[in-house]
Amino acid sequence: MALTDDVSLETRAIPGVRGPRRSPRAVDRIPAWLRVVGVVVAVFLVLPTLVVIPMSFSDSTTFQFPPIGFTWHLYGNFFSSPVWLQALGNSVLVALLTAIVATVLGTAAALGLNRLHGRLANALRTVLMIPLVAPSIVVATAVYITFLQWHLTGTLIGYVLAHTAISLPFVLVNVTASLGSLDPLLLRASTSLGAPPARTFVRVTMPLISRGIVTGAIFAFVTSFDEVVIALFLHSPTFQTLPVQMYNSVTSEIDPTISAASSLIVVVVTLAFLVPQLLRRSSKTTRS
Amino acid sequence: MTVVPPRPASRRSSTGNWLLLVPALALLALVLGIPLIESVVRSFGTSTFGTPSTFTFANYGKIFTTSSTLTILLRTLVVALVVTGVTAVLGYPYAYLMTRVGPRARGFMLTIVLIPFWTSALARNFAWIILLGNHAPVQQFFAFFGNPDVVLYGTATGVVVAMSQVLLPFMVLPLYASLGGIDRRLLLAAQGLGSSPTRAFWRVYWPLSRAGVVSGLILVFTLACGFYVTPALVGSPQQSLVAQLLGTETNQLLDFGGASALGLFILVVTLALVAWANRVGGSISAIGAVSVEGRR
Repeated sequence: MALTDDVSLETRAIPGVRGPRRSPRAVDRIPAWLRVVGVVVAVFLVLPTLVVIPMSFSDSTTFQFPPIGFTWHLYGNFFSSPVWLQALGNSVLVALLTAIVATVLGTAAALGLNRLHGRLANALRTVLMIPLVAPSIVVATAVYITFLQWHLTGTLIGYVLAHTAISLPFVLVNVTASLGSLDPLLLRASTSLGAPPARTFVRVTMPLISRGIVTGAIFAFVTSFDEVVIALFLHSPTFQTLPVQMYNSVTSEIDPTISAASSLIVVVVTLAFLVPQLLRRSSKTTRS
Repeated sequence: MTVVPPRPASRRSSTGNWLLLVPALALLALVLGIPLIESVVRSFGTSTFGTPSTFTFANYGKIFTTSSTLTILLRTLVVALVVTGVTAVLGYPYAYLMTRVGPRARGFMLTIVLIPFWTSALARNFAWIILLGNHAPVQQFFAFFGNPDVVLYGTATGVVVAMSQVLLPFMVLPLYASLGGIDRRLLLAAQGLGSSPTRAFWRVYWPLSRAGVVSGLILVFTLACGFYVTPALVGSPQQSLVAQLLGTETNQLLDFGGASALGLFILVVTLALVAWANRVGGSISAIGAVSVEGRR
């Protein structure tokens, strides 16, 4: 939202010019070399993603590009291997629990911070954002050593706790953004009509900030589902997630099934991000 | 229900607001607070397991006196600086172009920037292993120009290429936010007053964009310093970076005191850089917001 605001500001900065996109361009051309650089950078950005999906249909047993032939057998490997399926199941379970816990805690914190001001509130706001900027290797090693003593390594609860901590900032940012556009008069109206705070929250606040909550939950899910570094330290032979299994399949096993796993993750994450877009579209059509 | 007088009600809801923060803060204290405090205690201790026996600075001293550690720190610094430079050189024209094209092309360019965000970290690294390996497209590209021996997989250069791709969005997004706010009529005015387009750019546009550049540089440099998976998968153990050293000290050498000191050193450097970025340009949450807005 902040990005589009900047853009409209820029467009507005040229007053009285009809079709501001056309006329300045005649005076102020985009040089050809700049377009070429743009295309090269764009290719650089998408190249790895474009490589992953065709590789998953390769018939070769080595990581060779361009892939040879077309076969579904890597997907067959994936869905018939107990190791890969177990890893996928663990990842989905950890990510779902993380999304639930992080969304509840993050939404509560965002609601509280939204109505608090002053130095302490600002300090706490910064503290809650620390997991976003702390290098994951530092978090992973510190958490690993402590969780060893608490016997939480290789456990579901250990994973969910660690992943919730690093997902909280994403929920906080998304819910705070949607609270910013919430009209406080609506809450006053609800209270003055006799609704207790809990009822005001469920009937008024929650529906109005639901998009922020859903987006935050999806971020938490994806953050956990895709998390490697902490998972590499917390994993045990009996409990590991999909990214850890993928990591091991590159470093020690050279198992081409990773191609299928990579494509599946790309598809799952893309779908997860498309869900709110589709929801938005359908809510728009029902409104009109 | 009786009618509640307004004053006590607002005070009670203020306490309620603080209470809403408790669960999130408790979780962070448990998962980050306690491990970090324990790290601090361990980093000043002599023994590996259990309670530290005597107070010592040896673990910190070791970071700056062991020659292999110094080599790794220096290599990390060089790799992070080169990655930062590469992302700036590629990201600035791209972000600039984004402010110039029409709305539809801009949306398309933004989507492309976000694709690395959407692509799973391991899938991306796996793709770079394929692209940079022997007989792979990148080698064939160089062979076409008469250099058949260029295999970047397992080298620091390969790590730089892969890390630059992963970190480029973190340069482009803050830059785009900053460049989008610059009034282009200033450039036209400079040219109207007889300045050449190049001179107008360096004298007018560049100074205005400097805050965005600096916050992008700091953000990418900070993230590059803590990279673990890419150097471990695309690079080689002989070319390891500081994050790998920290990992090895923790789960292979079991030197928990040394690992704690090294981890805290990395954390303090990172937080200092972020605090600097806060003063120069957007705050931490603004950076978070940029990436979140991006990912939407």
